[in-house]
Amino acid sequence: MSAPTTAGPVTAGPPKRETEVLIVGGGIMGLAIAYHLALRGVSDVVVLERGYLAAGASGRNGGGIRMQWSTEINVLLMLESVELCKRFAGELGVNVWLRQGGYLFLAQSEGERARMEKNVALQNRHGVPTRMLLPEEARGIVPELDVSSLAAACYNPRDGILFPWPFLWGYANQAAKRGVELHTFTEVTAIEPSPAGFLVQTSKGPVRAQRVLNCAGAWSPEVARLVGVELPDRPHRHEILSTEPLKPFLGPMVSVLSSGLYFSQSMRGEVVTGITVPDLDDGSVKLGSRLRFLTTLAKELVRVMPRLAGVKVLRQWAGPYDVSPDGSPIVGEVATVPGFYLACGFTGHGFMMAPVVGKYYGEWLAGGPRHPFFDRWRLGRFAEGKLESEEMIIG
Amino acid sequence: MAGKVIVCRCEDVTQSDLDHAVALGYSHLEEAKRYTGLGTGPCQGKECMVACALYLALAAGRPPSEVRPFTSRPPVAAIALGTLAGPDDPGEGGG
Repeated sequence: MSAPTTAGPVTAGPPKRETEVLIVGGGIMGLAIAYHLALRGVSDVVVLERGYLAAGASGRNGGGIRMQWSTEINVLLMLESVELCKRFAGELGVNVWLRQGGYLFLAQSEGERARMEKNVALQNRHGVPTRMLLPEEARGIVPELDVSSLAAACYNPRDGILFPWPFLWGYANQAAKRGVELHTFTEVTAIEPSPAGFLVQTSKGPVRAQRVLNCAGAWSPEVARLVGVELPDRPHRHEILSTEPLKPFLGPMVSVLSSGLYFSQSMRGEVVTGITVPDLDDGSVKLGSRLRFLTTLAKELVRVMPRLAGVKVLRQWAGPYDVSPDGSPIVGEVATVPGFYLACGFTGHGFMMAPVVGKYYGEWLAGGPRHPFFDRWRLGRFAEGKLESEEMIIG
Repeated sequence: MAGKVIVCRCEDVTQSDLDHAVALGYSHLEEAKRYTGLGTGPCQGKECMVACALYLALAAGRPPSEVRPFTSRPPVAAIALGTLAGPDDPGEGGG
């Protein structure tokens, strides 16, 4: 057998010494931006990933994609992102096991029902076919639900789930085919501003870059500190588990608003489910598994879906949310460090947003139009007190 | 090697699947696990992991001494949700 060849997207050897764009973080955000840059002719791009592909949150999330949000900008962007996901397999040449089984949100109080009605009206105004349901109607969609404590539910049949990993392979393959270098197991240790951009020190040698993008997710505050910038986002451990595979029985992703429980059935038949569990949130990325997660989740899941009591848990794992103070991302160029760009703070929905954010980021950096989200989600909003609060954060 | 050699019985991963992963550059165990699904079935790699790890190292030209197991995912054995839902919250578990 020979050593690894270059048939895949990962470049062998050290990164090239000079590049136009250097992207820190080979998760879906960095790879999507790299792909969209290359698609528009900016292929002098180096992507550096500290671990293996899918080592971070991009390889650890539940794969949900939804248009149900509380802010107009997220509704509109996710409408477009779901369309991009539907075209992904054809355009990038890899099956992503997308299944549009809908998202079913469950409200247990009048307050939750009122917020749900407001959000559904917003979504309907923008063409998202979400509808309010009575508890009995929710049971029509998921017959195994215990609806005795429900006040209301809402359902958008066009939301769905997908298998996250192939998105990374698809973006990586297509970016590499267009000349982008991707280096795994390559750590950035220093970023020094210089007259022509930046001198980036890595574990595989130095790289001069005109522009640097911070796409490091939960690790983005660490990367920003290398250029002396303090970001307000913080890592939060989010745990998730997978059960033994079952025959297909569950159409939608189901989520309980009050507890943050969510569960869906993957195309492999496993029930994939997570729930909010408090953590220390001391600024460090924690990926350990806790028994408390298993018991907290099992209690809530069995309460909502009693029939699942006999189903066995196969494995649990954790991924890091990159939590921003108002639940909205932090993007664009840092005013105090020209040439240093952010794509972080996605607060648990970065994966589903990457297809559309990557498209507009690539378009802008390649000299095209600048989407309004670059202004709304700028870093400066926190100092100015102009928050962009999104309440539909799950987990 | 001719024929179909199953290397992960739970997920029907074959030797040629591993060769394919290595050819694409996904030769580390954590990468190959994600690319092929090896070790993600009912036994969670308890039967196949060591053999697969060694095969990947040899196929990629790395010394076996560099081989590391992939991260072990609790629970050790499959356990029913109803069983987990039973006891009271035991507090902070192993980090």
